[in-house]
Amino acid sequence: MLGNSVLSTLRRVPGALFIGLALTGAALAQQPLKIGFGMSLTGPLAGNGKAALIAMEIWRDDVNAKGGILGRKVEFVYYDDQTSPATVPSIYTKLLDVDKVDLVVSGYGTNVIAPAMPIVMQRNLTFMTLFGLNVNSKFNYDRYFQIMPAGPNPAVGWSQGFFDAAMSMNPKPKTVALVGADAEYPAMALEGAREHAKKTGLKIVYDKTYPPNTVDYSPIVRAIQAANPEVVFVASYPPDSAGMVRAANEVGLKTRIFGGGLVGPQFAALKTQLGPLLNGVVNYEFYVPDVGSRFPFLEQFLAKYQARAVVEKVDPLGFYLPPYAYAMMQVLEQAITATKGLDQAKLAEYIHTNTFDTYVGKVGFAKNGEWAAPRVMMTQYHGITGNDVEQFKKPGRLTVLSPKEYRTGDLKAPYHENKK
Amino acid sequence: MSNKIFAAVTIAVALVLAAVTQLIPNEYFFSAAYTVLLFVILATAWNILGGYTGYVNFGSAAFFAIGAYTTVFLYNAFKAPLAVGIVAGTLVAGLAGLGLGYLTLRLRGVFFAIASLALAVVLYIFVVNWDYVGGARGAYVIQPREIPFGLPRYIHLIYAVQLVMAAFALVVARAIEKSTLGRGLAAIRDDELAAECSGVPTLKLKIFSTMASCALMGMAGTTFPYYLSYIEPSSAFSLSYAVNSIAMPLIGGMMSWMGPLIGAVLLGSVQQLVQVTVSSAWNLLIVGVLLVLFVTLAPNGIMGWVDAWRRRKGR
Amino acid sequence: MEVSWALLANAVIAGLLLGGFYAAMSVGISISFGMLDVVNIAHPAFIILGSYIAYIVNDRFGFDPIVVSLVVSPLFFLLGAALYRVYYYCFERRGQESLRGLAFFFGILFITEVALVLVFGVDYRMVSTRYGDVTWRAGEVDFPMRLVVPFLVSMVMVIGVQLFLTRTFFGRAVLAVAQDQLALRLMGVNPVRVKELAFALSIATAGVAGSFLIVIQPVQPAIGREFIGLVFAVCVLGGMGSILGTLIGAFVLGLAESFTSTFFGPSWAPAVSFGLLLATLAFRPSGILGR
Repeated sequence: MLGNSVLSTLRRVPGALFIGLALTGAALAQQPLKIGFGMSLTGPLAGNGKAALIAMEIWRDDVNAKGGILGRKVEFVYYDDQTSPATVPSIYTKLLDVDKVDLVVSGYGTNVIAPAMPIVMQRNLTFMTLFGLNVNSKFNYDRYFQIMPAGPNPAVGWSQGFFDAAMSMNPKPKTVALVGADAEYPAMALEGAREHAKKTGLKIVYDKTYPPNTVDYSPIVRAIQAANPEVVFVASYPPDSAGMVRAANEVGLKTRIFGGGLVGPQFAALKTQLGPLLNGVVNYEFYVPDVGSRFPFLEQFLAKYQARAVVEKVDPLGFYLPPYAYAMMQVLEQAITATKGLDQAKLAEYIHTNTFDTYVGKVGFAKNGEWAAPRVMMTQYHGITGNDVEQFKKPGRLTVLSPKEYRTGDLKAPYHENKK
Repeated sequence: MSNKIFAAVTIAVALVLAAVTQLIPNEYFFSAAYTVLLFVILATAWNILGGYTGYVNFGSAAFFAIGAYTTVFLYNAFKAPLAVGIVAGTLVAGLAGLGLGYLTLRLRGVFFAIASLALAVVLYIFVVNWDYVGGARGAYVIQPREIPFGLPRYIHLIYAVQLVMAAFALVVARAIEKSTLGRGLAAIRDDELAAECSGVPTLKLKIFSTMASCALMGMAGTTFPYYLSYIEPSSAFSLSYAVNSIAMPLIGGMMSWMGPLIGAVLLGSVQQLVQVTVSSAWNLLIVGVLLVLFVTLAPNGIMGWVDAWRRRKGR
Repeated sequence: MEVSWALLANAVIAGLLLGGFYAAMSVGISISFGMLDVVNIAHPAFIILGSYIAYIVNDRFGFDPIVVSLVVSPLFFLLGAALYRVYYYCFERRGQESLRGLAFFFGILFITEVALVLVFGVDYRMVSTRYGDVTWRAGEVDFPMRLVVPFLVSMVMVIGVQLFLTRTFFGRAVLAVAQDQLALRLMGVNPVRVKELAFALSIATAGVAGSFLIVIQPVQPAIGREFIGLVFAVCVLGGMGSILGTLIGAFVLGLAESFTSTFFGPSWAPAVSFGLLLATLAFRPSGILGR
């Protein structure tokens, strides 16, 4: 019943197993250190997947230039998961049972992290993951770590800065509208926003979702305007982020603060496409040039990344995901070096109990494997003219409102006044 | 071979195969085989309607998702065991097939195809907005810690279950094909009007085969949430199920139960192989090119070649 | 929420504008599927191809995407003619068009998508136009030019197609092909030539619709799949093989979507649209203007 592929792979296995057992101790040190993962190189999230891969390859080359980890050269084994969770179990079992990789890390996003979890858990592996949304809340696995800086309670940490900014307005707002796409991330972000509304006593006057492939967003924005909220929180993916921002401009939405959880404006494509339409929008970022002096190593990394990004036709700025993909590998590298081996229990324990100096700053992990404290930067766009990408490479277009230690300025409210 | 003997042999082979392969010390085998078997069921199920009667169902993914989400619902509500999910998912998908068939099978074939597509969209929106089964956020179904029959890992169990279900699907497909029902369906495919005139109860036959086909598709989906541990609407309703369940019978041959089996094993394995070797956008391209090549150069699929070869030998 | 007149008027305008765009995407399907019985499921892939051509020329030289699409539409026309040739020789001539033809177009859909991924990458692309960010206001009713311009060009295109089909000899031949091929042969017209021309025309409209799409929203290669259901829904809802019916079907779906979004909840908009389609199929399968 099986295809040739499976059969021929199977035939090779006993041999590989034997060789694997024969090599021990000193002989092993000469072997390359193989790290395996699936990554979205096709499908809807391929843009991010490719960008992450570039960052990880830069890390690999950096490490190998220094002589590898514990004297072993680092090698990657990776497969395209096509942004489809259904491919993940066979990718990870292949990596572990056939390719015999030493370590696995995750692909990009919840969709492809979750299906790898049972496999990783059965083998008690330490699992570094890339931008999953609270995946571990259901698995409670103590060797799971996640690199996106949303904090131990991601749903709440995500929009903390936005609601802090909203409540700092004078007079305090009383009403909020929540809107987002029918997809996994927006659903989580909206859940968090509802919690914030409850805590701050904001009255929710609009709370609806829309299908991600909507063409015209202006009816949605008009319905929001009809409810006349003072705060509008949006959780969206790139195409609908563009749609919502455009519609808000076309309808002339009047509200005091708008944005929060738009995915997309972090990337050059949407920054340049929307250009001046972004003025006044408040939105999260993970890195902006305005705080560049706080991240001394990032500049040289981004220069390397940006050179390759042009060739590979992915996000030419690389502020969002690539630094964190690199940092994820740095954490792993430092843990292996410190524990002097690949003992998975020791690795997990070390990562739990230490903080790591990475390109994205000091990183420590909470009990559930998320960052110990959230560091989502809430920013506001202003002074954007034209659609040139260069203006975003320099400081000056984004005010960082929070967290406090990165703050560069104050919120300018109401939202629609920023258009003038 | 009579249907009973065929059924006994097929199920026995499946059971033996399931037992023997348990010794394979390599988990990759199980996940790859699970995926291929999933497509065997889907392709066989689709062919019961599409191949035997010529009515194209675009909504395979919807019925597959009905099966998967029935499992999720029962898991959330009662922590129901897998077996309950399988039976319930099959029944619910069959009922949905009955409804679709009853509403639209009076129409020309293309309209049925469009209706099945529309049904998939409507169901998708319902699942997205139904928070109890996770909504847009997705639902987690955690694999149980205790695994029956002393199997080492849960994937071993669902692989074996999937193998037996595939055998069951083949038995059903062959039984329909070789019965008077199958001849009636073939008459519909060749000339529906003529069949109607010569007293074939076309509507009843069509509705029955739609129901059987959809029920089996639902069955294929019931183990899926356990396989992935996490399921969300856009992956459960993925276009790839609809495409593959049409492409595989086409490549294998649509006239008999063997065709979808051959097509699914072949194309499914190629997809698995390509995924771990040619790791890039070429993957989708290969499926597309294979599809175009086969329908243009081998219109009756692989079974068509086999038949032609047999005829030549017999002459 | 109280229903204000402004909200209602805006919902109507938004629905009509959206419907105009849907009509442009579906008019080709109305020709190929409705009149020629060619189930061209790859139609949206050609729409996306049109988007990318408009994008690349706009990006390099700054020409208006819609103008670009009109200029290159003869290329799409030739592409369509070539594609129909292949389809005819491989399937229609052998009388096995329905299912295998469908699979053939599925394959074409994937090949086009992958080709775009390989050439342009997977990032979202968008064009810049002079009217893209302009909104014209009449009292409390908004007319975003991003939707108005495609709407107007679409109307010209759809009416043009309708006039071509009803007023010219070739166009009438196309309508005749849908009804009775034998009669056409007896009149000395080769139905294959006629169908080739009609199919080519349908692909040309897809190219133009592609430029509308990229004016309206960002585009990436896989986005075409989202529109497969929509274009067939418009075509069947309005009535197979009727251009006027397609126009009405497109407006009905546009209005249904904008009203559901405004007054009920945008999440349910596709369910309402496709529920309408299912109801049509169950109770009036010939569509609104069906024969």
